[in-house]
Amino acid sequence: MWDKIKDFSSEFFVTGDPLILGAQVSIAITMVAIVFILTYFKKWRWLWTEWLTSVDHKKIGIMYIIASILMLFRGGVDALLMRMQLAVPQVEFLNAEHYNAIFTTHGVIMILFMAMPLMFGLFNIVVPLQIGARDVAFPFLNSLSFWMFFFGAMLFNVSFVIGGSPDAGWLAYPPLSGLSGSPGVGQDFYIWGIQISGIGSLATGINFIVTILKMRAPGMKLMKMPMFTWSVLSSCTTIIFAFPILTVTLFLLFIDRYLGAHFFTLDGGGNPMMYINLIWMWGHPEVYIVILPAFGIFSEIVSAFSKKKLFGYKSMVFALMSISFFSFFTWAHHFFTMGSGANVNAFFAVTTMLIAIPTGVKVFNWLFTMYRGKLSFPTPMMWTIAFIPCFVIGGMTGVLLSVAPADFQFHNSYFLIAHFHQVLIGGVVFGYFAGLYYWWPKMFGFKLHEGLGKWAFWFWNIGFYVCFMPQYALGLMGMTRRFNEYNFDMGWQPLNVVSTVGGFLMGIAFLFQVWQIAHSIKFYKKEKTGDTWDGRTLEWSIPSPAPMYNFARIPVVTEQDDWWEKKQRRLRGEADPPEVAQAEQAPLEPIHMPRNSGVPFVMSSFWFIAGFGFVWDWKWMIVLGLGGVIVSMLVRSFTYNTDYYIPVEEVERTEAAARGAH
Amino acid sequence: MAEAIKNKGHLAHAGHGSHGGDHGHGHDHHDQEEMKTFGFWLFLITDVILFGTLFATYVVLRNNFAGGPLGSDLIEMSGIIASTFILLTSSFTSGIALLEMNKGNKKGLITWLIITALLGASFIYLEVNEFIHLVHEGANIGTSAYWSAFFTLVGTHGLHVTVGLVWMTAIILQIRRRGITPVTKRKVNIISLYWHFLDVVWIFVFTIVYLMGVM
Repeated sequence: MWDKIKDFSSEFFVTGDPLILGAQVSIAITMVAIVFILTYFKKWRWLWTEWLTSVDHKKIGIMYIIASILMLFRGGVDALLMRMQLAVPQVEFLNAEHYNAIFTTHGVIMILFMAMPLMFGLFNIVVPLQIGARDVAFPFLNSLSFWMFFFGAMLFNVSFVIGGSPDAGWLAYPPLSGLSGSPGVGQDFYIWGIQISGIGSLATGINFIVTILKMRAPGMKLMKMPMFTWSVLSSCTTIIFAFPILTVTLFLLFIDRYLGAHFFTLDGGGNPMMYINLIWMWGHPEVYIVILPAFGIFSEIVSAFSKKKLFGYKSMVFALMSISFFSFFTWAHHFFTMGSGANVNAFFAVTTMLIAIPTGVKVFNWLFTMYRGKLSFPTPMMWTIAFIPCFVIGGMTGVLLSVAPADFQFHNSYFLIAHFHQVLIGGVVFGYFAGLYYWWPKMFGFKLHEGLGKWAFWFWNIGFYVCFMPQYALGLMGMTRRFNEYNFDMGWQPLNVVSTVGGFLMGIAFLFQVWQIAHSIKFYKKEKTGDTWDGRTLEWSIPSPAPMYNFARIPVVTEQDDWWEKKQRRLRGEADPPEVAQAEQAPLEPIHMPRNSGVPFVMSSFWFIAGFGFVWDWKWMIVLGLGGVIVSMLVRSFTYNTDYYIPVEEVERTEAAARGAH
Repeated sequence: MAEAIKNKGHLAHAGHGSHGGDHGHGHDHHDQEEMKTFGFWLFLITDVILFGTLFATYVVLRNNFAGGPLGSDLIEMSGIIASTFILLTSSFTSGIALLEMNKGNKKGLITWLIITALLGASFIYLEVNEFIHLVHEGANIGTSAYWSAFFTLVGTHGLHVTVGLVWMTAIILQIRRRGITPVTKRKVNIISLYWHFLDVVWIFVFTIVYLMGVM
């Protein structure tokens, strides 16, 4: 009996590595601490009713952001471990196996469990407020999306201490990721973690398209929408066309591994290159999915802090939508070296270069928005300004990579690594940070400390260039990705040391941000106006944080940048157009709101159970999990009491309290 | 144009004020159901992509028999043609159910939905039999890339139909309890969209997998 338990646990838990042992111990301690704190302060009920069952888009957004920052921490630690290993040649700080696991989880976590949820968090918080809506189209589905993401991410992360991490690269190419190349359970954790959270992403895509197309305030025509909302629409359109491909691809890989099928195997007529085509048909649009909303954020910020209407609104819309269209025709540029022939490569080279055109249009639009504007430089604007040159350099190295013959040299070298980190950090991360700083007061009702924010900003920026500029050179010197060791005589060490220093500077920058948040909470200063930055769009017309129902009266919109125009009219002493005034003075009505529901949390935890069962091939657990999912769906289907009305008196009370705070 | 009408509706609504309360609730409800239907159309787009990917995989792997049996060796078309007609008929009966619903005939609606579900169940029965037959003849999902793609594509369609059956049963129970309301009406509309969609997918399966692959 004892031996059996010992055998089982040595296979079940990852053992024998001091780093992982440390992680296991700290995870256990953290969990005990959380349980203790919740119990001691009697917060379980509060957690359940206020957060876990909430369908309020603002709370869901905050949960997304918290989760993504935790994931940023984990992905960042992975990155620093890799940089430490690479700083010195021929040492074994991380052995090859451990290194493989770390670069795999770093990639997956940063793209799927950091960038995506941070993006969804901002969608959730901003979009309904920007379009004058009271929630998203499907609040229940929204909560389900979040919990699917959350449990998917947990399933993926648990592989670190239970069973072993996946180690076949962030896109898990077969045959390495097949059963022959990866017999362990790590790859199954990969499949199910991503699969479960991917279903959530798909649902979010649908949800926000409907929200944006159907729930805009009266008068807000499509061409009067704020640019961030446009970018969300383009991103979500890309999601609904791209994510089903990921679902199928992972599903086929799973069938290969679990049922012994031959889609991507080397024997039985399988075709591994099929996987690589499919995964990039999702994977390339995916990087546009995460960058497009960042473009939207920059557009909002640059216009707000230049006190000018966005230059070239229509061309910006056109650029966003055309990028989301062309993103589906560039996937093969990830494997020019596969040998598809000159014509295929030429096609994909040209489509890739084409994307540079709308992107260039955007850059000029931002620059011209600033031209002769009344500029100010708080942290959101600083990130925006830092983004422009960074992204331009990253974009240009991308054009270099798109030249198919040259790519035979660059392929899988550190030149590529430097390129995509430059567009993903310089574009996505800078963009979401800018958005986070910009909308933080709207989320929480206080501003983040500017001084500490500037420290973080400079450490991030300097750290970024110190870390990644040397990598371009290393790539040209012949250093390829995914090696944990190199020889002294390659001459790569000096630049690698520089790069590692840069990595740690970014680590310090992250600590500054943590300090900044802690400091701003400790010295909490209520942001009373609701319009922190003298903003232009509807979200700034309501108190911060927004009341549960967002808008006591749904506003009537007449202009692009409606809130700004309204403020200008008032400064000039002009009257509002009659329909605007009428909507503002209309008596309050009971407000229709969705009821909280525990089903999304429960259903997603059953998905987690099913996923865990599939990973270990425990039939009873699979049945339990999938059965729970089906029952949860039926419970929801039979529930008719899903909404309620907030009475007028309560709305009046809430509004009075918010105005009293002025 | 639709935009303008919608805006007008909202404005008029805002103007009504206090006595418009009940009207307002009805209006909300109407919007809700309309949005859910629209959301379902978007879901169908994602499902088109899902099947599109499976079809693409099948087409790429269709000649990779790896020395195993060919599709034309084992597949018996008579059963496939029968199940095709059954599924097409079930699409027709689900259409009749919709007509009955729009007439306000609860009993007719339930009857035709039950007939649709029974036809769907017989389709699944035939498909499962076909699969058992194939496995007996020595073609399972691991036999070759061709058979992997075959079972996955056809099986995914079958899984969709099965999900539809459970769902339809749930809706029938809800109609029995609650009658034809805006909510149940929307639910029937959506399941019938789904059902027609699966029929269209099957036509592609029938053409590409069976007609082009077997005959």
